[in-house]
Amino acid sequence: MVAAKTQTKVLEARSVSKTFGGIKALDGVDLEVYAGQVVAVVGENGAGKSTLMNILSGVYQDYAGRIVLDGRQVVFADPKEARDNGIGIIHQELNLIPHLSVAENVFLGREFLNALGLIDYKRTNSETAKILQKLGLQIDPRVPVAGLRVGQQQIVEIARVLSLNARILIMDEPTSAISEHEIGILFDLIRSLADQGVAIVYITHKLGELFQIADRVTVLRDGKLVGSNLVDSVGHDDIVRMMVGRDVKDFFVKADVVSQQQVLKVKDLCLEHPRRSGDYVVDHASFNVRAGEVLGLFGLMGAGRTELLETIFGVHPRRSSGEVLLDGRRIKVKSPTDAIRHGIGFVTEDRKLEGLIMQMSIAASVSLASLKQTELFGLLSGRRERRLAQEYVDRLRIKTPSVRQAVENLSGGNQQKVVIAKWLATNPRVLLLDEPTRGVDVNAKNEIYRLIGELAQAGLAIVMVSSELPEIIAVADRIIVLSEGKQTAEFTPSQANEELIMNAAIPKSFGCAESLRV
Amino acid sequence: MFGLKDHKTFFVKFQSLLALLLMVIVFSVWKTEEFCTMSNFWVVMRQISVNTCLSVGMTLVILTGGIDLSVGSVLALSGVVMAGLLKNGLELPVFNLFVGFNVLGAVLVGLIVGSSLGLFNGLMVTRFNVPPFVATLVMLMMARGLTELWTGGAAITGLGDSFGYLGAGWFLGVPVQVWTCVAIVAAAVVVLRKTRFGRYVYAVGGNQRAAKLSGLNVKRIKLLVYTMAGGLSAVGGFIVTSKLDSATPIAGDGYELDSIAAVVIGGTSLSGGKGSVLGTVLGALIIGVLNSGLIILQVPPFSQKVIKGVVILLAVAIEMHGKDQ
Repeated sequence: MVAAKTQTKVLEARSVSKTFGGIKALDGVDLEVYAGQVVAVVGENGAGKSTLMNILSGVYQDYAGRIVLDGRQVVFADPKEARDNGIGIIHQELNLIPHLSVAENVFLGREFLNALGLIDYKRTNSETAKILQKLGLQIDPRVPVAGLRVGQQQIVEIARVLSLNARILIMDEPTSAISEHEIGILFDLIRSLADQGVAIVYITHKLGELFQIADRVTVLRDGKLVGSNLVDSVGHDDIVRMMVGRDVKDFFVKADVVSQQQVLKVKDLCLEHPRRSGDYVVDHASFNVRAGEVLGLFGLMGAGRTELLETIFGVHPRRSSGEVLLDGRRIKVKSPTDAIRHGIGFVTEDRKLEGLIMQMSIAASVSLASLKQTELFGLLSGRRERRLAQEYVDRLRIKTPSVRQAVENLSGGNQQKVVIAKWLATNPRVLLLDEPTRGVDVNAKNEIYRLIGELAQAGLAIVMVSSELPEIIAVADRIIVLSEGKQTAEFTPSQANEELIMNAAIPKSFGCAESLRV
Repeated sequence: MFGLKDHKTFFVKFQSLLALLLMVIVFSVWKTEEFCTMSNFWVVMRQISVNTCLSVGMTLVILTGGIDLSVGSVLALSGVVMAGLLKNGLELPVFNLFVGFNVLGAVLVGLIVGSSLGLFNGLMVTRFNVPPFVATLVMLMMARGLTELWTGGAAITGLGDSFGYLGAGWFLGVPVQVWTCVAIVAAAVVVLRKTRFGRYVYAVGGNQRAAKLSGLNVKRIKLLVYTMAGGLSAVGGFIVTSKLDSATPIAGDGYELDSIAAVVIGGTSLSGGKGSVLGTVLGALIIGVLNSGLIILQVPPFSQKVIKGVVILLAVAIEMHGKDQ
């Protein structure tokens, strides 16, 4: 299929490098983009994918190396100049204005005006309708984008970029927030755009997608180019090896330290939908976790993984029902304060929004949930607090010159360790972990896996939500799969493989798979 | 941690301190005889003591990410309540009862009134999710209205020497109100730096969701800061009333702006989570010195406002600029 297309190289990066404050984010990377082809740029978080895209789309100017567009070297002064040259980018976070209509968003800043100098809505709407039709999106251009699903909003964003006559379309992890069904629609759209001659740069860290959609693949790791190939000529395993350099299983094996002692038991736990009454975000979850056990919870976006942990932790007391038992005794958890008092800790998914107060020092962050223990005669003791923090900095190997350092100055992996330290300082019996390795580099990931193993060994009962299959298979002692709020399957790691788990996770309403009970 | 060790805050503080020194030097050289006197020093100190009281409360509220626009009106209502009770007592016709008040009793009731109004603000914000701006704007109007109802629009004067001494007398060569103010500032510094509550104030303002998920009782913390701000406004009302030996229904009009200005010049972030009481004191000093200097230079009142506005704008613009880098 590749050979059939004419090979017109439209955009090229030649040994591009970029440093941020002394750290090389990109180191001599090459990328070739051909008209009518999809090139996937893959790599772990922190591999330099987004930096490269920001250079191609004119966000950064102070890079080393060359960008060549249609055979001639270019230096874009700003994103607008890149856009004027036919390079459109769709960021992971959509840049739409929720209360404006679809048409207003598509033509924002380039409105059609009538003779009086007022906005010509008729023309704006009809032009938008034309573009949407081309993209196969059947919606009224006059509705506010806030009412659309994320997948539809994404297509509106694509419409905006295409209305600017983009010849090169950069998409940054476009499937991270949309359903399987919408992913299918998006992929059809991408293929038809490629057939029309648009060059597409598709950034992802999901390998499955790349084989469905891409003609070429470029793999980055730690800012360096690992390899560039035609997709047909490489296999799944080759790319995994290129991305991580090794397998998760190769470097982490959780020791079996599961005891017979049951610590946490959850019975018929439900969480009502905030708006649709009678509908459940968490639907009768029941499981137990023993001391030393890591229970893995897997589910796709919207499966209710985070909500399940939040419900156990008392975040939604008004909408939840069911029982939580600790050491066989039923406990009432009406707030996070109650949960902490009972010895439950919750490492939240989003460090910046939910886990940390970014401007606080490491010392203040570690002690935040258990501040009382740093008091001396009723007043906070800076020395006790720093001693406490130092203990965890040493134990978790948090890299920092001092515990007085603000957490915003730490790397993602170290920030995550600070969050874990905050909970360990409360001396918990149960630790809930929500995507504990999200947005951290490969080394920090390893360290976090090892830490989870150590904590289990110390007798903690751990519930870990993860959307990374290799991770959950390697780290968990038992895996429960959630789909649309319900438990659909349970596996031991030896029974489990990626396919079985994925099948159980895919919502039945899309008719993709039968749920499995093993 | 949040104080001088954090070098960004240090820079902000440092530049405010520089600005203050610069102003003092300019006024001292320019108008040595009028500005550089002991009596003018105490005039400035007494003048800023009221604003400092209000601004300490304002700092607490702003640190949690809120705002309190009602401080001036609460000051007025607390002041007239104190004066009214002291002068006229309280008649309760229903019970056919008359209650007389001594100074201590009247002041105490005034402080309770101020704190209750603050508590009301806090309840509006935490229980009914009214945005702080709206809740306290409503309080600004209501407390002012209640003040006028209580006084019938006329000032209450002739409050006696002992009441006057507490607000306007001298103790150990320093005005009593300056002592009051120093005590409040010292207490606030200790509370913010050395108690769990103080730490939680920063946490709530820094990231409310993270604070809640760390087990903090966010609502109670907010309730407390608004109550404290109300109580401190009442202290301000006490000082103003006793200094003038008169409680007027227009007292404290517009004080919320001076107070917010002091907090902002002092480097406290309006979005919460970052700042200090000492910074606010510096802010209040800058405004006080500027006021004094402009009066001594005989700048017309209307121009004074414009100049003050420019100074505040500069202070904030410089702070924001520093943040960018």
